Amino acid sequence: MNGRHTTSGLTRREMMKRSLAGAAGLALLDPLALLAEARAAAPPARSVIQIWMWGGPSHLDTFDPKPAAGPDYCGPLDKVIPTNVDGIQINAELPRLAQQADKYTIIRSMTHGSNSHETAAYLVQTGHMPGRLVFPCVGAVVALLKGEEHGYRGLVPPYIVLTRPQGRFSEAGFLGPRYKPFATGGDPARTPFAVEGLVAPGITDARQRSRRGLLHELDSLGRALPNSAPLQKLDACEEKAYDMMFGDARKLFDLTQEKNEVRDRYGRSTFGQSCLVARRLVEHGVPYVTINYPGWDTHKQHFEIMRRKLPELDQGMATLLQDLADRDLLSSTIVWWSGEFGRGPKVQWEPPWNGGRSHYGQCFSAVVAGGGFKGGRVVGASDETGSRVAERPVHPADLLGSIYLRLGIDPDGPLPNPRGLDVKVMPAPKGGGGRLHEIM
Amino acid sequence: MKRGIGPLLGAALGCVVLAAALCPAPGQPVAPFEMEGPRTARNRIDTLVMEALRAHKIQPAHLCSDAVFLRRVYLDMIGTLPEPEETRRFLEDPRPDKRAALIDALFARPEFAGYWSLKWCDVLRVKAEFPINLWPNAVQVYHRWILEAIRDHKPYDRFVRELLTTSGSNYRNPPVNFYRAVQGQEPAAIAAAVALTFMGARVAQWPDDRRAGLEAFFTRVAFKTTAEWKEEIVYLDPAPAGPLAAVFPDGKAVIIPAGTDPRGVLADWLIRANNPWFARNIVNRIWSWLFGRGILHEPDDIRPDNPPTNPALLAFLEKELVAGKYDLRHVFRLILSSRTYQQSPIPRSDHPKAEALFAFYPVRRLDAEVLVDALCQICGSTEQYSSAIPEPFTFIPEANRTVELADGSITSKFLEMFGRPARDTGLESERSNQPTDEQRLHLLNSSHVQQKIERGSKLRRLFEGARGNRQRSVEAVYLAVLSRYPTAAEQAAVEQYFQGKGVNFRTGMHDLVWSLINTKEFLYRH
Repeated sequence: MNGRHTTSGLTRREMMKRSLAGAAGLALLDPLALLAEARAAAPPARSVIQIWMWGGPSHLDTFDPKPAAGPDYCGPLDKVIPTNVDGIQINAELPRLAQQADKYTIIRSMTHGSNSHETAAYLVQTGHMPGRLVFPCVGAVVALLKGEEHGYRGLVPPYIVLTRPQGRFSEAGFLGPRYKPFATGGDPARTPFAVEGLVAPGITDARQRSRRGLLHELDSLGRALPNSAPLQKLDACEEKAYDMMFGDARKLFDLTQEKNEVRDRYGRSTFGQSCLVARRLVEHGVPYVTINYPGWDTHKQHFEIMRRKLPELDQGMATLLQDLADRDLLSSTIVWWSGEFGRGPKVQWEPPWNGGRSHYGQCFSAVVAGGGFKGGRVVGASDETGSRVAERPVHPADLLGSIYLRLGIDPDGPLPNPRGLDVKVMPAPKGGGGRLHEIM
Repeated sequence: MKRGIGPLLGAALGCVVLAAALCPAPGQPVAPFEMEGPRTARNRIDTLVMEALRAHKIQPAHLCSDAVFLRRVYLDMIGTLPEPEETRRFLEDPRPDKRAALIDALFARPEFAGYWSLKWCDVLRVKAEFPINLWPNAVQVYHRWILEAIRDHKPYDRFVRELLTTSGSNYRNPPVNFYRAVQGQEPAAIAAAVALTFMGARVAQWPDDRRAGLEAFFTRVAFKTTAEWKEEIVYLDPAPAGPLAAVFPDGKAVIIPAGTDPRGVLADWLIRANNPWFARNIVNRIWSWLFGRGILHEPDDIRPDNPPTNPALLAFLEKELVAGKYDLRHVFRLILSSRTYQQSPIPRSDHPKAEALFAFYPVRRLDAEVLVDALCQICGSTEQYSSAIPEPFTFIPEANRTVELADGSITSKFLEMFGRPARDTGLESERSNQPTDEQRLHLLNSSHVQQKIERGSKLRRLFEGARGNRQRSVEAVYLAVLSRYPTAAEQAAVEQYFQGKGVNFRTGMHDLVWSLINTKEFLYRH
């Protein structure tokens, strides 16, 4: 689906109307004052871990259960579990996350109205409706504003994706390929974690060094053009690449440096071990890490897949939150969890789905923790079946604007772009209820 | 350089390479990249370039060697490397006019149309998905139409007229996709795309009334869907019956009577021999595609305050395009046959204007698609491309070349890393051939490249067939990767590597291939 043929509940015209209303409402507030307020509340966060639930996870089966709605909505996953915060319950499939509820806020009123993967993935990660300009996603913006040009001196690029790029939309948008994420490839659940480019299985360091010597011996054109600017640039890239290969960068991804007991706690799944790598990266100061967690587009065999995947999610994410807190990293690290949308609250029992859930952008859940966001809260609410936002709608732009605020990035500040247009980082929220000041 | 060169002479040439690194002597050609040759004009292009160089006291570069020319013209004309057999044949061909004959032969290759449709699909923004949203079926028919237009040498004026004036279904009348491959269907968006594509002009810099005048030509373009999945009809809205007032970009107003297609009126104005934008835009683009920079630069930023570095040269090419009846091959041939194009990449002057006045052939990194195709060609491996969104699913046959991928939105980590353009705006600057640390890591140390080297069928056959004959294998690898014979100095360096601890025939050969594909000579057009 695309912008021209919108079939979702929220039409473009409605979006426009809401955004105008939102802008008018917000004009009463001084964004600079808000920024100052946010800064006063807690020192800005240093890093972000984005758990990207690629495909769209069911909100009913995770953080917004509706046991009273009956089997047409809950299917077999109709149990809830109390959390370590009074009055908050989540789906019983997430017992470990229930014990971490004091660390996170559940947003149960996320909405954007798009039911198509591409548009929704773009919306949730850029905060913008598709239009003339292709905006960068939040990771690319952070790579720009918290990256090398702003003092980041890490051993690895400032924006890292475990393990495959989200794809299907241009992560860096108009910022250009320089701000695209470094996608690790490989599988952290295996040893070695073959990070593409950093670890070449089967090639010893000695061979690496000697063949580099051969490469230089045979670089005849390079010798004939010693003063060529583009070729010098390639030399600089080569230096940097070998620094990454032979220096400490490789160790950041080497999970054998962790105790087995720690690795077991995260779960030996790709997701669990990705969470562990993410912790190692933010420990090192990497500003933005995305864990691209696929497999949530469950049109068929939904409940079978949930039974298999939810324990994996539960273990990895709960351990991550606990580990970050134990290491005193949670206060400086924002963890946000979301897919491009939720899933249809009403189970599709009919063929060909035979118990599946459809795409659902009208109402879904997101989770945000750390980095100065309060824990043990719920923002907004859905109706009794999880079909509509009942109170305090939160548009992706509200959430992203809040994340920028917590990072000390002014969401109303300018975003440099090659065409010199007047573009803001994450302008006034559209269609939602404003930034999340209640949990900052 | 000829095969079977004596060890003494070879060693001497090796020394020349080293000597050049220390102090580039203006007189001596550097082997194996340059050769002796007259510094006289071959055609009018050279005369005009040399006049400009003389005025600035800039020394032009030497003539490039046959091997460098062969590789360059293959990459520039058909986006592919010469096969080792083709290289041997060309290097041993004694005919003095063999370069001209090669240019003619490459025009006739099917890869010519395949490679140049890649360029045109960049300019025309051919992609299935957001934010262009052509959808897969229309991408395929549009790409096919572009490819056939190039293959059948459709004159450029007709090509543009068809793109501008066709109406009908996006599946059945492929050029209507020009109007669909725009971010936005409103007249302002279409006018901006038309000006950029065919006039090399950015309307954002125009005065408001001039912009509005151009937009008026597209106020009657309309779109409607049909019962077929994602079919869209582009048509002229018949409702506004009265005459239409519009203004040509040169400021001349026009009243278009009811019943006349305003797009046709604009096309008539655009495609005239004396239109200052039309021929200039395309000949300058072609020049920039072949030299990495336009005579007027950026090539899609034509405006009065951005003058060409060599106005006489640009004017000459414009005249030739019209005289050649808009056959783009005529302009290509003029440029490719010139001494200017056949210069060495080694500058003989450090004058700051040397590059902008074309005193040497500038090195540029291979385009993402060309690079991955070259790796596949050398190793005998393939790439897999598919796309499940949007529907219908697209699966590309593995034997297909990457340069012939129709859909710019097919996800590929390699292509994105190496700067494939997003095809969102049609700007030439969308493609980035700048090196990055990540690209370097990928080429030096990724499993993707390593597997090509270790498992590629062509290299495996080559090494098995050589039965341990090192010298023959080294030569074959050089021909496959760098399209030339190794120099004696290089042979000696490789030989020394094989004496190292733990190096056997197989790992040594893999390391040789790895080294060569990581040299600047492989990675850069030169």
